Amino acid sequence: MSTYKIAVIGDKDSILGFKTIGVETFPVTSSEAALSSLKKLVSENYGVIFITEELARELEDIINDLNKRYLPAVVLIPNSKGTLGIGIQQIKKNVEKAIGADILFRKEG
Amino acid sequence: MEIRVNPTRMELNRLKKRLTMAQRGHKLLKDKRDELIRQFLILVRKNKDLREHVEEELSAAFSKFLLARAVMPAESLEEALMYPTKTLSLEISEQNIMSVYAPKFNWAEEDTGSEEDSSIYPYGFADTSAELDISIETLSSILPQLMELAEVEKAVQLLAEEIEKTRRRVNALEYVLIPRLEETIKYITMKLEESERGALTRLMKIKDVVRAKM
Repeated sequence: MSTYKIAVIGDKDSILGFKTIGVETFPVTSSEAALSSLKKLVSENYGVIFITEELARELEDIINDLNKRYLPAVVLIPNSKGTLGIGIQQIKKNVEKAIGADILFRKEG
Repeated sequence: MEIRVNPTRMELNRLKKRLTMAQRGHKLLKDKRDELIRQFLILVRKNKDLREHVEEELSAAFSKFLLARAVMPAESLEEALMYPTKTLSLEISEQNIMSVYAPKFNWAEEDTGSEEDSSIYPYGFADTSAELDISIETLSSILPQLMELAEVEKAVQLLAEEIEKTRRRVNALEYVLIPRLEETIKYITMKLEESERGALTRLMKIKDVVRAKM
């Protein structure tokens, strides 16, 4: 079994800390740069890619595509400015897709 | 709408076989869908809880990190974090949820440092701020949950995809194929009965004619 790598894409302020726990960091500032590093990581041997919500918002299409694939797992994380709620939104979308109605978050919304 | 066929007995038998097959497939797929949804619900609840938790912790870690960045010169901060003491290696195995294959992550931390008891902090405490320590501690304590979140979320996404596909199939069978087959079968039976009646009346008529001549 081959080993995979873990990466995080985001603005420098948010992701520098990840370096200390052994995750490879790819600091980017624009969504274009994020897109190209995401594409690069996908073609290489990365199993899990963390990406900040702020960047993910602009890369929705490619992330949706990747979500249908077996690997890699793209996980949205909040950045240093706090969460945008996209991650939760995605779970909600999955529920709606699978069941047809949102039964998980009904109480809140 | 019915399928265009010749109203023959052979065709009727063929269609009946197809109908039973379709019904069996429909039942199986329906069971599959129900079980998938059950599994999905368990996972998605876990996913939600994990994500809420992780987001909260990460935000806390990030805000501390931002503070650290503010009180420390950027160069010394980067210098402090330049050489991590750990590397992560990730192995991926498959887990099978109702024949949906989802990745399962087994990760291990490896020390890169030569020191025997390497801590999670890759720097000395002399010229770094306390906020940085807290931030990194939170980050490294959240890592197991982050990996679990990645695993669960992937499984949820794949399951959602599979459920959608299965539901489409169930509906196609239930609302299109099976009604059409039933209708066609009905059409053929009626046609056959009709021609049978036709044959019978013809026979009776002929009999009358023959009898009148004698």
